[in-house]
Amino acid sequence: MSEEVLIRVEELARFYGEVPAVRGVSFALRRGEVLGFLGPNGAGKSTTMQVLAGALAPSAGQVLVGGVDLLDEPRAAKAQIGYLPEQPPLYRELTVDEYLAYCARLRRVPRRAVGEAVARAKARCGLADAGARLIGNLSKGYQQRVGIAQAILHAPAVVILDEPTVGLDPIQIREIRALIRELGGEHSVILSTHILPEVQAVCDRVLIIHQGQLVLNERVDRLALGLAEPALRLALRHPPAPEALAALPGVVRVEPGAAGRFQLFYREGEDPTDALVAQAVAAGWGLAELSPVRRSLEEVFVELTCGEGPEAPRPGAMPKARAA
Amino acid sequence: MIGTIAARELRSLFLSPLAWAILAVVQLILGYIFLLYLDTYLQWQGRLAAIEGAPGVTEVVARPLFTDAAVVLLLVVPLLTMRLVSEERRSRTLTLLLSAPVSMTEIVLGKYLGLMGFLALMVALVGLMPISLLVGGGLDLGLLAAGLLGLLLVVASFGAAGLLLSAMTEQPTVAAIGAFGLLLLLWILGTAGTTAGEETGPVLRYLSVLTHYEALLKGVFDTRDVVYYLLFTLTCLVLAIRRLDADRLRG
Repeated sequence: MSEEVLIRVEELARFYGEVPAVRGVSFALRRGEVLGFLGPNGAGKSTTMQVLAGALAPSAGQVLVGGVDLLDEPRAAKAQIGYLPEQPPLYRELTVDEYLAYCARLRRVPRRAVGEAVARAKARCGLADAGARLIGNLSKGYQQRVGIAQAILHAPAVVILDEPTVGLDPIQIREIRALIRELGGEHSVILSTHILPEVQAVCDRVLIIHQGQLVLNERVDRLALGLAEPALRLALRHPPAPEALAALPGVVRVEPGAAGRFQLFYREGEDPTDALVAQAVAAGWGLAELSPVRRSLEEVFVELTCGEGPEAPRPGAMPKARAA
Repeated sequence: MIGTIAARELRSLFLSPLAWAILAVVQLILGYIFLLYLDTYLQWQGRLAAIEGAPGVTEVVARPLFTDAAVVLLLVVPLLTMRLVSEERRSRTLTLLLSAPVSMTEIVLGKYLGLMGFLALMVALVGLMPISLLVGGGLDLGLLAAGLLGLLLVVASFGAAGLLLSAMTEQPTVAAIGAFGLLLLLWILGTAGTTAGEETGPVLRYLSVLTHYEALLKGVFDTRDVVYYLLFTLTCLVLAIRRLDADRLRG
């Protein structure tokens, strides 16, 4: 991951009439980063992504793509963006090849390079055999792939994918996730999703947007650090008395669970894992499972978006962004 | 870039059964009308030959054919234009164009030129009917050319109006009926102009698409008539561009 910032958003705001869909959103994305965009329904995810893709004009704020202002030089900025909207923009009457060739020309891929670009995008999205088929006859999953192929055709610096794994089967989801990770190698990817494990699986950074405002901007691997007390979760086939576990160095508290399961809370910086494993082997506890307890993204998400009192989301308060 | 969009538009038109159905129906109806006029001419031919300065075959056959063709196309063009933008908005494919590095002007001009490709073909097919008479006799080619140019200009302005209406709505049928209403209104303004008073009459007659077409059909090539159609077309296209821009701004 380099330090080069590919997309920088400053104080972005977007109103639909009087209704603010997005306000004061700022973030930056470096080359090679995969950014997960989370939020409850109607939080402003799709609106933000449409603004980033240039399909909607922001009411206020600035979007810089590779240092180029999206409003001042839309053509140069948009050429560096590949965008898959919530509903893939497909012409049902065209074949996959025709459609992708059209998209490539639209993205100003030179005429001679179109064939190669289309072939590459098809290969990456698993569409190599589907070139001659009519888009209207493809299954939802394949249509989704065509949508993704369309977004990466011109090797854009930033790929924006709005819920790319919706409607796919588990195997396709795995393939698409692998593809996103791969894209993250050379491009930057912005990804919106409702599937929290997806973010943990593929993203480097997570943004949570709630009622049009950014409430979290954090690296995924740092999310767990917010936990008050670090803990280990373990399962033993021949469990000893809990006191034996509590006697391990650094352990503060033991919470026994059912069927030989325990949660071991320990003091920050005094990880008892090594001592525990050694002890388990020596005393024949039959260690079956051992994992650190992390604060899950789900907990973070719920905490931030279902805040207490007046901040709690009002149903219907934020109308879902309408595609323009 | 305009060419790319135009080519896609034309291709999609020909991939839909609608375009073929329209071509077939229009050709059938106009072919029948053509034969009717031709029949009339053949019946009158003997008597016409005796009169000095009598109207020739071009005036008796081609001119009314072109007038009728304009009426038929007034009904048909809104059906062709209705989907241009509204369908893309409905199926959310407009996002593809909006997020691509192309300007609004390029999008609108591309779509318009694609449509014009189709309409020009239709006008050419209509033109072929009187031209086929060359096999058996002479034609006033100047008059024919003026008529064809007139028809093309009329159709060009119909297309632009249809595109504008299509850009204004999400429902293709609303776009079609809107365009049809607008065109019909502009058509009957000419009739209204003949009965209206001294003040408004000329204004109404100027605004009517019919008045300028009639002059061209008579073989009178007046730049004012040509400019009328060009201005009309340009205005519609500019408004369509503005409308799409507003879409992006207001959402």
